[in-house]
Amino acid sequence: MTDIKTLETASSPEKLNRVVIEPVTRVEGHGKVTLLLDDNNQVQQARLHIVEFRGFEKFIQGRPYWELPVLVQRLCGICPVSHHLAAAKAVDQLVGVDQLTPTAEKVRRLMHYGQTLQSHALHFFHLSSPDLLFGYDDAVAHRNIIGVLQDYPETAKQGVLLRKYGQEVIRLTAGKRIHGTGAIPGGVNKNLNQKEREFLLQDIDQMIEWGKTALELSISLFEKNLPNSRDFATNETNMLSLCREDGGLDIYHGGLRARRPDGSLIIDGIDYRDYEDYIHEQVKPWTYMKFPYLVAQGREEGTYRVGPLARINNCDFIDTPLAEKARLHFRAFADEGLVQSTLAYHWARMIELLHCTEAIRDLLNDPDISGTELITKGNMREKGIGVIEAPRGSLFHHYEIDEGGLVTRANLIVSTTNNNRAMNESIRRVAIDELNGRELTEPLLNQIEVAIRAYDPCLSCATHALGKMPLEVQLVDAEGHTVDRLYKNANGDVSLCKIEA
Amino acid sequence: MIRHFTLDGKKIPFREGQTIMEAAQDAGIYIPHLCYNPEFVPHGSCRVCTVKANGRIVASCTTPATEEMQVENETEELQGNRRELLQMLFVEGNHVCPGCEKSGACQLQAVAYYTGMLAPEFTYFYPMRTVDSSHPDVAIDYNRCILCELCVRASRDEDGKNIFSIDGRGINTHLTVNSASGKLGDTDFDVHDKAAQVCPVGAILPKHEGYNIPIGQRLYDRKPISVVGDVADHQEE
Repeated sequence: MTDIKTLETASSPEKLNRVVIEPVTRVEGHGKVTLLLDDNNQVQQARLHIVEFRGFEKFIQGRPYWELPVLVQRLCGICPVSHHLAAAKAVDQLVGVDQLTPTAEKVRRLMHYGQTLQSHALHFFHLSSPDLLFGYDDAVAHRNIIGVLQDYPETAKQGVLLRKYGQEVIRLTAGKRIHGTGAIPGGVNKNLNQKEREFLLQDIDQMIEWGKTALELSISLFEKNLPNSRDFATNETNMLSLCREDGGLDIYHGGLRARRPDGSLIIDGIDYRDYEDYIHEQVKPWTYMKFPYLVAQGREEGTYRVGPLARINNCDFIDTPLAEKARLHFRAFADEGLVQSTLAYHWARMIELLHCTEAIRDLLNDPDISGTELITKGNMREKGIGVIEAPRGSLFHHYEIDEGGLVTRANLIVSTTNNNRAMNESIRRVAIDELNGRELTEPLLNQIEVAIRAYDPCLSCATHALGKMPLEVQLVDAEGHTVDRLYKNANGDVSLCKIEA
Repeated sequence: MIRHFTLDGKKIPFREGQTIMEAAQDAGIYIPHLCYNPEFVPHGSCRVCTVKANGRIVASCTTPATEEMQVENETEELQGNRRELLQMLFVEGNHVCPGCEKSGACQLQAVAYYTGMLAPEFTYFYPMRTVDSSHPDVAIDYNRCILCELCVRASRDEDGKNIFSIDGRGINTHLTVNSASGKLGDTDFDVHDKAAQVCPVGAILPKHEGYNIPIGQRLYDRKPISVVGDVADHQEE
């Protein structure tokens, strides 16, 4: 039995065959997976690499602080609102504001619920549902959102329209669907007028219904092949998220809470501005992405996961009734401790999607959302830290400025970085359980991608053209000669190319 | 006595001494421009207002109108020339519209849209420029300066402070601040100075404000610059 811990670095890599999955498809951004196999196809090393260098922390140095929420959101085209709001929360502290007006906070929350709704819908329906509905080994040309549209038109339609609704919420709170300007230092630049509220309210009941359907679908897919759902790519980790002071789920604000796999608390109610005391980042020579860990637990034991799985495991309750009922069902799945199944990320994600629809309805009916007090003023400070629960998990923005208001230092820990160690362990688990000793095929390699997709990683925080990404997998022998090449071109055709010796 | 010249086939009245630009503005006809501001002596440096007068290429802001002059303004040739000029202005500096707080209320962007320029096509220069944030109320982002000299003229002619000047030659030409340190914070510049109100781009900006006006309500969000007018006309709003 292969020990998962030995798979990070093989002892004699020069003698092994190298298999590369590049780019990983149906995720946000660009990443690759490398596998090293011995002559018996036993996996000796498995790594997830993030190959892009974004450089935001460096090139925002010297820029005025008030630009930050608008500049740094361009890290991503899928969940820019998360960066927009995390930066805005940090900038609030720079301008000395610890408490927003009720209108400002609620408009920001509404924006964030809209963001989480659209991102979760996109991830579940567009990117992951083809694997779950059709099976990991379905024909590549069919295993995509177009296939879902053909075989399950109503499901696909609901996914597309749920996402669209979230985008409309963003447009009306941030000014436009992608890269808006709604959150400004100390508040927001607009409220929601009556006409805008009515526009969103006319469809909200339908969205809640579809949210329930989406949740039911995620549960039925999870239960369809329970042993696989429970064990696939699963690794036991701690869970980290923000949590409201009273223990409720809160994706906009709260204290840091972390639980051990048995459910016991490691930290709770921690002011996230002290995050550096609790979370450190380890650097490894083979990847640009760092490996955060909980300081108190140490580098290995301190591995944690973030995102929907962590949030639904961590919170004590959800303050909207349908989502709370779903949470209780979810938590009952684990006899004791936390739900650790990697594929349960999708289930937890759909609980949150339903919660977002309920929370949006409540906010649209709240008179504060149309209030006119938008901005709070304070005295300038030199340091600001903002943390938010992005769709993919906890997102940290940390800025320091000089007397003139120009950025001198920035540190961003994005959600996917938080999950880096866990994602690597998940692909190693798949390598051991599913790939060891078997011939290289596309469906087998897709299982690696299924594991990565469960986390909904945002690898470069940028959009890509769905279905147009070429994929090339090469099998290289110990002398560096290409033995086998599997190629998927832009129209989805897959060809296996045998290389003659 | 009222005289007339012809602008794109239309008869335009003018008074003795008026430039083509002044007469056109009085008649409600828009000629694209950046360095022109009716409150200051015309400068003729940006060349965006270039028209053809009796077949000659001239800057409309500095050329006096004459009786029966035949002026071409909105021709495809002239608009094409303007687009090229604007293309060069965009790539000479660091004009990142999507993240710029002036986006939607920037004259350079608005004139570019008006002339049909949708994206820079030339190779970017990516010059290394700085942000001067030494003044408590106003920041200068040199990345966005287009050397229109409006701040130079306003500070010299209206504020009487002579805070700004243009230094260097050719591609090294740049805006400079008249203080020993070269920093705005070491001058007697005030946020209420005229020089703080005239910048057509996002180079001289009040600090801490940024994106206060929501998308959809910014100066050029609803109507083009030919209808809305210059940035400087709206500074008090």
